[in-house]
Amino acid sequence: MSFINKTGWSMAMLFAVSLGFSGLMQTTEVQAAADAADDATAKAKSKSTADHSKFKELDVNFKSGPEVTKACIGCHTEAAKQLHTTKHWKWDYINPDTNQHLGKNNVINNFCTSVPSNYKFCTACHIGYGWEDDKFDFTAEEKVDCVVCHDTTGKYKKLPGLAGHPNYETIEWPPHSGKFRPPTDLKTIAQNVGKTSRATCGACHFRGGGGDAVKHGDLDTSLTNPKKHLDVHMDAEGLNFSCSKCHTADAHEVAGSRYQPTAKEDKGRLIPGSLDERNTATCVACHDNAPHKGSLSKMNEHTDKLACQVCHIPAYARGNQFTKMTWDWSTGGKVDEQGQPIKIKGSDGKVKYDSKKGDFTHDRYVVPEYQWFNGEVKWTLVDDTFDPDQILKINSFTGSADDGKSRVWPTKVFRGKQMYDKVNNKLVVTSLSDDPDSALWKNFDHKKAVEYGMKYVGKEFSGEVGFIETEMSWPITHMVAPKDDAVDCHQCHKENGRLAGIDGLYIPGANNTPLMDKLGLAIAFLTLIGVLFHGALRYIMHKRGG
Amino acid sequence: MAAERIYIFKRFERFWHWSQALLIMFMMLTGFEVHGLYSIFGFKAASELHTIAAWTLVSLWVFAIFWHVTTGEWRQYIPTLEKVDAMMKFYLTGIFTDAPHPFKQTTVRKHNPLQRLAYLFVLLLINPLIWTTGWFYLFYSSWEDWGIAGFLSLEWVAFFHVAAAFMMLIFFIAHIYLATAGHTVTSHIKAMITGWEEVED
Ligand code: HEM
Repeated sequence: MSFINKTGWSMAMLFAVSLGFSGLMQTTEVQAAADAADDATAKAKSKSTADHSKFKELDVNFKSGPEVTKACIGCHTEAAKQLHTTKHWKWDYINPDTNQHLGKNNVINNFCTSVPSNYKFCTACHIGYGWEDDKFDFTAEEKVDCVVCHDTTGKYKKLPGLAGHPNYETIEWPPHSGKFRPPTDLKTIAQNVGKTSRATCGACHFRGGGGDAVKHGDLDTSLTNPKKHLDVHMDAEGLNFSCSKCHTADAHEVAGSRYQPTAKEDKGRLIPGSLDERNTATCVACHDNAPHKGSLSKMNEHTDKLACQVCHIPAYARGNQFTKMTWDWSTGGKVDEQGQPIKIKGSDGKVKYDSKKGDFTHDRYVVPEYQWFNGEVKWTLVDDTFDPDQILKINSFTGSADDGKSRVWPTKVFRGKQMYDKVNNKLVVTSLSDDPDSALWKNFDHKKAVEYGMKYVGKEFSGEVGFIETEMSWPITHMVAPKDDAVDCHQCHKENGRLAGIDGLYIPGANNTPLMDKLGLAIAFLTLIGVLFHGALRYIMHKRGG
Repeated sequence: MAAERIYIFKRFERFWHWSQALLIMFMMLTGFEVHGLYSIFGFKAASELHTIAAWTLVSLWVFAIFWHVTTGEWRQYIPTLEKVDAMMKFYLTGIFTDAPHPFKQTTVRKHNPLQRLAYLFVLLLINPLIWTTGWFYLFYSSWEDWGIAGFLSLEWVAFFHVAAAFMMLIFFIAHIYLATAGHTVTSHIKAMITGWEEVED
């Protein structure tokens, strides 16, 4: 079997190579050849005991997503019930440690800020169908979207504005582009379901914040088929990990959480079968805290204070794509001479101004900002008041050098300026997309948009919109570099190195004892002068005497 | 001026002296690089070399201590204040006028009183300080297991290690110079190489 695979592959490669060994071949052709080979291997590699294309239940011209789901749960009787309990479904989560009421539906961030009143748009990334307002039925089994995670064809796409549905009719996409998407071929998709993949998870998680690479910095479509230098584990031609290799799922609840991350573990490897309910999505779960062998063992002495990611992810947005670094909502709403909204592109080719959204900056290969982190994240929620004269940390990472639970983590700090209630000093829910009369992206009126958003969630609004400077921290943990590309010792072990300014770390070589150095060198120097003088005197006197 | 030759430094002593000298120079070179004073090997290499040299030095010391104890040579370092003033006077004045050296080396009294004090300082202060702090530095990962993590901080361990390293540097400079202050400029140095010292009779 694997022989055939390999032969197939080599044939494809041979074909590709013969096409254009001397660099004549277009990259697209290379890609196409590789993709074809990939497709072939993916199919042949599936070790499933069921070939869904042979099921008569799926040999149906499905009219809608929920129809597909009904077919799925006809056999997978418990699947939808399992999903109903997950964060992926509920977008609602209470952190048992802080008792804060979190989840996508509740928190406010400094990207698109808030979900309520914008459901049709936002729920393109919900694992359900039809969450278009606050009356969505969370108990409906057929509303669970199975194929968004289990598609293997790459042809399934939920579009913003359709409340979690793919398009069932031909649709102009992107809007006003003159390009058209044919109706989604649900039958083919249903007949080819399989395991989740980087592509399916990435359909949402690579595009957080409204587009490819925007939000996390360490997650973007460059990870769909990454080379080894981009990620050692996901390396498509090497280990080829899917997301679920680390983010294992138990009854559809996926391990790993940004609301309750694991910042430090004192335990060793997580043994398969162990009853320990540990997070599987950590480096330590596979590598333990002393993974460096032989002459590298000195590195193990760093693991008490530094997260593995500090050294092994030298930069984020390493896949050549630009990630968003700042977002200033306050400048939105400018129009051109014809009164039309505008978009301006920067020299990096990314939109730097959009009337709907304001000003942006982007960057790639970004050196992270480092902070102590013990896994506890404190959020500023819509009911919390704050001091508007200070930069508001929408989420702050708790941790310190001496709480015994923290390690230094690399983070992307995303900086913004966004709408808030100027009188009550609170964050606000803003109507952006759905409601024709108030949506900011249609009316460019901040006050109207906030008024509607706050009313939608039943919160008080003073009527005055201000703009508050905000920061959000995102732990950097993907795009793990091969060991040769890990952060070099010297990048921290020097004056003003990467970790300069992080308190509670002693870093040899970082100019730690300036006073003693001056004193020590001065005394050594004086001693040298002293003995030289003494020697000279000896020499002269000896000559005279002699 | 007639000179007599006496056998002062035994083979092991000479080996110990020079290998220790080399190691200590190397440790200063690599150690101060780790400390960030300059860059020669690069931090990583400096740190690795320093660690290798540390283990070598530690083994050398184990042998040396064993040798000193079994041969009784450790007595050479017992301090005495006798003639200290004469030595001071010699280094401050007599040495310039080619006055006779106030101390007479013999096989059983190799070090002059000032040397004794200096070496004692090295043996009782610098070495123990460098050794213990260096040791704790090496075994940083084990502090937790040894139950001492709460009492030690790398910052202070390193502070004393570096302080001792500076003391070593200062001692080293003075030591090299004083090595030229024997009967003749080179007699001490020759003695440490051949074992034989020229002394005035
Ligand atoms: C002449 C002897 C020595 C000198 C001059 C010396 C000097 C130094 C200096 C200046 C540092 C840098 C410290 C800092 O900036 O934090 C250092 C680091 C260190 N020393 Fe020494 N040292 C000596 C002997 C030793 C010995 C005997 C040991 C072990 C038993 C030792 C173990 C270490 C270790 C483990 C480090 C840390 C290296 C690293 O961070 O990679 N040293 N030494």
